[in-house]
Amino acid sequence: MFAGATVEVDSEGFLQDPAQWTKEIAEAIAAANGIPELTDRHWLVLHFMRDTFLTTGTAPTIRSLGKESGVEVKELYKLFPKGPAKLAAKICGIPKPHGCI
Amino acid sequence: MQPTTRHIVILGGGTAGTIMANRLARHYAGDIKSGEIDITVVDENDVHVYQPGLLFLPFGMYDADDIVKPRGKQLPSSAHYLQARIAQVDSAQSRVLLENGTALPYDVLIIATGTRTAPEETEGMTGPGWQEKVFDWYTLEGSRALAKALSTFEGGNLVISITDMPIKCPVAPLEFAFLADWYLQERGIRDKVTISYVTPLDAAFTKKAAAAALAHLLEEKGIQLVTEFATGSIDGAAGKLVSFDEREVPFDLLAVVPVHAGAEFLTKTPGLANAMGFVKTDPATLQSQHQPNIFALGDATDVPASKAGSVAHFEAEVLEQNVIRFLDGKPFTDTFDGHANCFIETGFHKALLIDFNYDTDPVSGHFPFSVGPLTLLKESRLNHLGKMAFKYVYWHALLPGYDLPGVPTHMSLSGKDL
Ligand SMILES: Cc1cc2nc3c(=O)[nH]c(=O)nc-3n(C[C@H](O)[C@H](O)[C@H](O)COP(=O)(O)OP(=O)(O)OC[C@H]3O[C@@H](n4cnc5c(N)ncnc54)[C@H](O)[C@@H]3O)c2cc1C
Repeated sequence: MFAGATVEVDSEGFLQDPAQWTKEIAEAIAAANGIPELTDRHWLVLHFMRDTFLTTGTAPTIRSLGKESGVEVKELYKLFPKGPAKLAAKICGIPKPHGCI
Repeated sequence: MQPTTRHIVILGGGTAGTIMANRLARHYAGDIKSGEIDITVVDENDVHVYQPGLLFLPFGMYDADDIVKPRGKQLPSSAHYLQARIAQVDSAQSRVLLENGTALPYDVLIIATGTRTAPEETEGMTGPGWQEKVFDWYTLEGSRALAKALSTFEGGNLVISITDMPIKCPVAPLEFAFLADWYLQERGIRDKVTISYVTPLDAAFTKKAAAAALAHLLEEKGIQLVTEFATGSIDGAAGKLVSFDEREVPFDLLAVVPVHAGAEFLTKTPGLANAMGFVKTDPATLQSQHQPNIFALGDATDVPASKAGSVAHFEAEVLEQNVIRFLDGKPFTDTFDGHANCFIETGFHKALLIDFNYDTDPVSGHFPFSVGPLTLLKESRLNHLGKMAFKYVYWHALLPGYDLPGVPTHMSLSGKDL
């Protein structure tokens, strides 16, 4: 249950169906993961990430986020502490990025 | 009448490009003679390095002479070999532009330009201390310089670190840590050294069962494991690694694997590669997502398989069929399953072996089949002998593009403890 909606998540809390995602869900996931408020900078990254996933089928990595989203890697770590790529994926409602091998 | 020639151009004459050239030259031997097929391989230098050997150089187990051969000699004599730097792929006109001004038209383009290390991506990496106490051992120069530094190392913090994923041969840094433990014991100074293994991953390795086995080995050998460490900068003067979330790891000697990127020219063709320069490739057919007459294999692709020579070899068997069928105007029938297998050297004349693909993680058991001679995910002497024999196999069977007996292209579940 997020923001009053029932959505399907995996064992780590990643949405399984990106279509079920809403802004309210994003805010709820963010709050549960230690980000009390989503700023414009957060949203810039979240939209970029979600759009990339919806058009290419894969989530961008941290370095490509840093190169293409308009937010540098250092700031990404400030916005999404610990693992920005994973955390941003969780908040923007897409499945967990496959770790590179 | 002269037949019309169809041109196959292979970019990169490393592991993958050489295997492809040899396989296709064998298949098209008659057509090459009659002038119907023409194969050209382009590489910017004539130094073919047996890269797995770079792991052994720092510990004096191999010399540079043992692992370097001229590239041209590994390629088929029926193919053209051009030593030149590639400037750009002009996919709209199906031709490749070289920096020397030559334009090479192609009917089929095979991209095998591998990866390059990009130390400049990380703040401070090439600053003070670079090649003195900070070494990129994924290059011949770096690995040789590190050998020197290790041989005179008196003690302190030895740090092995991975800057970011993906990297080629993801197990190599772990092997480096194990070999360092062994080497320092042999030198009698192990008790004066703290060895740390610093990774951006949340475990010793990407795959679960293997990560557990490898974490256990690290612990046994007294090697500290630092996880989820995304290196933001390196301060060589002060001797510390700093993560983006502002943690620090001190070092006296740093063996670092820099960020990996694809060849720079690939990003000049819109739609061909992703932001890091890896070719957008169909993981099953190895066809480029950009244009049907372009294919890619080896480290240059963005497919979710290991960047390893073994992978390039398995991909080549599939890609050979696909290229032939493409030129014949037929649909593809063979697909690549992500198969990878790697020996993991653990020191003291022992090694592990892992075998996995897109869908199946490494597990224990036997290889190749249920009672195969090699144990999976368990240390043994035989695995170590396998790893050391691989140098011979590389030059004499793998590069020439022969199928290796007992090593199937598609991963077999037989013998695995699933
Ligand atoms: C330390 C280390 C240990 C390893 N151990 C193992 C192991 O045990 N087992 C295993 O399977 N794999 C191992 N590997 C990985 C393996 O070596 C690579 O995956 C393999 O070489 C990939 O082949 P490739 O043809 O894709 O790239 P490469 O062999 O790197 O070839 C790429 C070629 O493209 C050329 N090129 C690039 N850009 C240009 C340009 N602009 N113009 C002209 N030419 C260009 C380069 O000169 C190069 O020759 C190891 C690698 C390292 C570094």
